[in-house]
Amino acid sequence: MKVLLRNPRREQDVTGPKSVNALLDALELPREAHLVIRNGTLVPGDAALADDDVVEIRPVISGGC
Amino acid sequence: MVASASKCRVCKEPAIIDLPRHNANFCAEHFLELCRRQVVKAIEKFDMLSKDDNILVAVSGGKDSLAVWDILVDLGYQADGLYIGLGIGDYSDVSGEYAKSFASERGLNLITIDLRAEYGYDIPTAAKATRRVPCSACGTSKRHLFDKAALDGGYTVLVTGHNLDDEAAVLFGNTLRWDVEYLSRQLPVLPARNGFPKKVKPLIRLTEREMAAWCIVRGIDYLVDECPMAVGNKHLAYKAALNAIEQQSSGAKASFYLNFLDNMAPLLAGRSAAATDELGTCTSCGAPTTSDLCAFCRTAEKARAHEPVPVELVLSRGRRRR
Ligand code: SF4
Ligand SMILES: [Zn+2]
Ligand SMILES: [Zn+2]
Repeated sequence: MKVLLRNPRREQDVTGPKSVNALLDALELPREAHLVIRNGTLVPGDAALADDDVVEIRPVISGGC
Repeated sequence: MVASASKCRVCKEPAIIDLPRHNANFCAEHFLELCRRQVVKAIEKFDMLSKDDNILVAVSGGKDSLAVWDILVDLGYQADGLYIGLGIGDYSDVSGEYAKSFASERGLNLITIDLRAEYGYDIPTAAKATRRVPCSACGTSKRHLFDKAALDGGYTVLVTGHNLDDEAAVLFGNTLRWDVEYLSRQLPVLPARNGFPKKVKPLIRLTEREMAAWCIVRGIDYLVDECPMAVGNKHLAYKAALNAIEQQSSGAKASFYLNFLDNMAPLLAGRSAAATDELGTCTSCGAPTTSDLCAFCRTAEKARAHEPVPVELVLSRGRRRR
């Protein structure tokens, strides 16, 4: 599946199927600091992502202010 | 394709988000309801706002400030926004666009101030001129301008979008230093006092992840990219540490901060020297201060005397130093 990552904006190919939590763990991204959006919709940690899904992993942590 | 297994705790429809600290999953509708309930709970418990208040929201174009503005309007409060153009390169240009479109799409009133145009300096230049970290010069500028706009505009209360993660991170830093002065002032409501408006933080019961989700579900476009000047600051390191603990122990952040408010803050009440200090007035702008010139006027004076510094220059200097 195509995975869009932010800060900086980049794309990575990851083989599916994989659950949302497994994807975050594989990329070593803390669950509490990210949301996952599949084909435009928010999905929970146990959602299964297929190989043909377009996935955005959105960081939710912001800095100093 | 296998559908998501998790169901909404309330209606059993497919969930869009898992909230381990509530040990539950929620559909869009019931997630929004939970967020509203948490905000109402904070407002009522700490006597933050009333429907008669004339509210000014400090808006940055990021998720938290747009979410708190959206939630307050949704709950029936009367709230305008204030955006300050800080002159932090593209980041400021883009964040201003998000703030303006949010307001115009909803017919809300957004006041804007441009630091460079109206005060003759910007944050990168102020950081360089005062030899302080950018967030420090930035905080001084924003606090002063938000206070001033709230008082000048006849607003009864100033709202900021600080969330549970922000407050827990500040608490973590204050605790690591056992800074009793700061700990005693770390409250979600600061009452109005001479020259300062009442300030409140309605999002203290909601995490950053929940606020980003609020924006996504509500279709609010916000600036996802981080302020370039935040890179490497301690605040981010504290948040990462707390999130590592949260992953092992769901709800740890909420109990760290909310139990501080319940159990520790009362013991520290009255310990703040700053709250009882006699304040004079700034000889230049009239704001309350302990010295001749207030911190804002001192920063502005130094920054105006300095040639403009592009954001990239301040960044590369910061990176080399680390
Ligand atoms: S991260 Fe720092 S410099 Fe950037 S807007 Fe926030 S306080 Fe200002
Ligand atoms: Zn539901
Ligand atoms: Zn002044």
